[in-house]
Amino acid sequence: MTRRVQLLENRSLLKLAAAAAPILLALIALPSLINTYQVQLVIYGLIAAIAALGFNLLLGYTGLLSFGHSAYFGIGAYSVAFVVAHLGPHSMEFYLLLGIPLVAVTSALFGYICVRHTRIFFGILTLAISQVVYSLALKLFWVTGGSDGLRVPRPSLFLGLLNFSGSHGFQFFIKSYYYYVLGIFVICVILMWVIVHSPFGKALQAIRDNEVRARFLGLRIRRFRWISFLVSGTFTGVAGILWAPLNGLTTPDILYWTFSGEIVFAALLGGFRNFTGPIVGGIVFTYLRTYAVASTEYWQLLLGVVLVTLVLVLPTGIVGAIARARQRLGRRNAVA
Amino acid sequence: MILLKTVNLRKQFGETRACDGLDFVVNKGEFLSLVGSNGAGKTTLVNLISAHLQPDSGQILLEDRDITFTTVAERIKAGIARSFQIVNLFDGLSVFDNVALAVFSRDGKTVKMTRLADHDGDARRETLDVLGQFGLASKAAAPAGRLAQGERKLLDVAVAYALRPRLLLLDEPTSGVSTHEKAQIMDTVSSVVRGGMVTAVVIEHDMDVVFRYSDRIVMMHEGSFLADGTPEEIRANKEVANILLGAPLAI
Repeated sequence: MTRRVQLLENRSLLKLAAAAAPILLALIALPSLINTYQVQLVIYGLIAAIAALGFNLLLGYTGLLSFGHSAYFGIGAYSVAFVVAHLGPHSMEFYLLLGIPLVAVTSALFGYICVRHTRIFFGILTLAISQVVYSLALKLFWVTGGSDGLRVPRPSLFLGLLNFSGSHGFQFFIKSYYYYVLGIFVICVILMWVIVHSPFGKALQAIRDNEVRARFLGLRIRRFRWISFLVSGTFTGVAGILWAPLNGLTTPDILYWTFSGEIVFAALLGGFRNFTGPIVGGIVFTYLRTYAVASTEYWQLLLGVVLVTLVLVLPTGIVGAIARARQRLGRRNAVA
Repeated sequence: MILLKTVNLRKQFGETRACDGLDFVVNKGEFLSLVGSNGAGKTTLVNLISAHLQPDSGQILLEDRDITFTTVAERIKAGIARSFQIVNLFDGLSVFDNVALAVFSRDGKTVKMTRLADHDGDARRETLDVLGQFGLASKAAAPAGRLAQGERKLLDVAVAYALRPRLLLLDEPTSGVSTHEKAQIMDTVSSVVRGGMVTAVVIEHDMDVVFRYSDRIVMMHEGSFLADGTPEEIRANKEVANILLGAPLAI
């Protein structure tokens, strides 16, 4: 019996790797097939996917809807801008080295306050805190540049091995940065996959499903929620750190609550009940938003219509709908 | 040998005295049934012992150690686990994971973030062993939410049992299932519990079941104990018969 289950597990791991490999290969080949603008768009998509992936540890796996994840994305981005302004070395590794601990500490601090409540009260607290951070970014203009924001020049990659000054710098930067972000994206996905399949991750899901029973397994509910918040915020912060050099500028917009709404939107779009949902959602949302903005002045209306349709027609998101369709197809084949 | 003792334990909800100064004793290794009509205070007593509720006054002693003011987590560590009357499971997780989580939690492994749960051989073996004992091994991969009611009741007990408690509190393990299934569930539960040398306190309404499986029966009425004895003694007790039938015998 034990052996059979073990074999099944290994087979499902293999299946997973087999499904991921062609996608990864396609992503590696992509920059040589499309133009620089499109590559840039895919990078934005991957970054949004990392942000949504982090966000979904709270929503999908812990059952807590944060409406303030813009704070962690924004703090990540601003940490890069501060390093540029005050510390000097324009190295991506340096940004990550300083940014990640900073985001982790602020997530831990804000999370400690927020997890004292659940449901709508949790959501309101996260929203309130993110709005405080937004106001600070707006008002403390001598530090943050106010609504003008702070400029972030192109950093060097791989400890200064790749530099991007000069006339052809931009195109070279975008291509290199694509692979850089792709690498971090893969690390994030693997890390998150391990976390949600670890005993810790299972405990989070247990707390999500049934708080009372989880307590009667001896689990310390609040501590689990807190650590989940910390990890979630940090992932989203990493997305913010990656975003700043690509965008070239950090402004308070990314701290505003509507940006939190976009992260929620991305997770819902892909489907928050599936591991891959927020990844797909982050990428699709990036395209949807970009083309909506390009094609109509009323792009927010367009996104609103998509959101309403989504909730009514595809409550389990894109990935959830595909999974269900495949299940139904499989059953029909089994019958026939 | 006394495992658990309560001293003058009181809990009141408004005007209702759910536990009215109870001196309750559980002996090591026994299978004790707690019976009585609805509102007699059985579930309140179990809630107090498991730290789901705090008493108004009185003491709870586990082998002479005062545990009255300990938390749920501390009481589980001390060896008190419980199941629930209305099935309380993790419906989104598999049957396997429901039990595995109890094993992880007991061993303090739920802090592990960077190891896959399925790669823990010891926990896996133990989980499959517990599932096997409760006859649920073939359902290991199914989501807990998809099980039939009788299987859900068994899984609820299995999750509590996997914590390896010394005292297992079962709040109506057979409520909401057919008479036929009741016997099956109680057969399984009593054989696992007795085989594992676990002391059990079971709340049960079906008197046939109670008489058949218990070592000792304690009857409650309006927050107090009415009778306490072996199944034979309880069967012979006229007062108990009156309460059970709901009216004095007309003889």
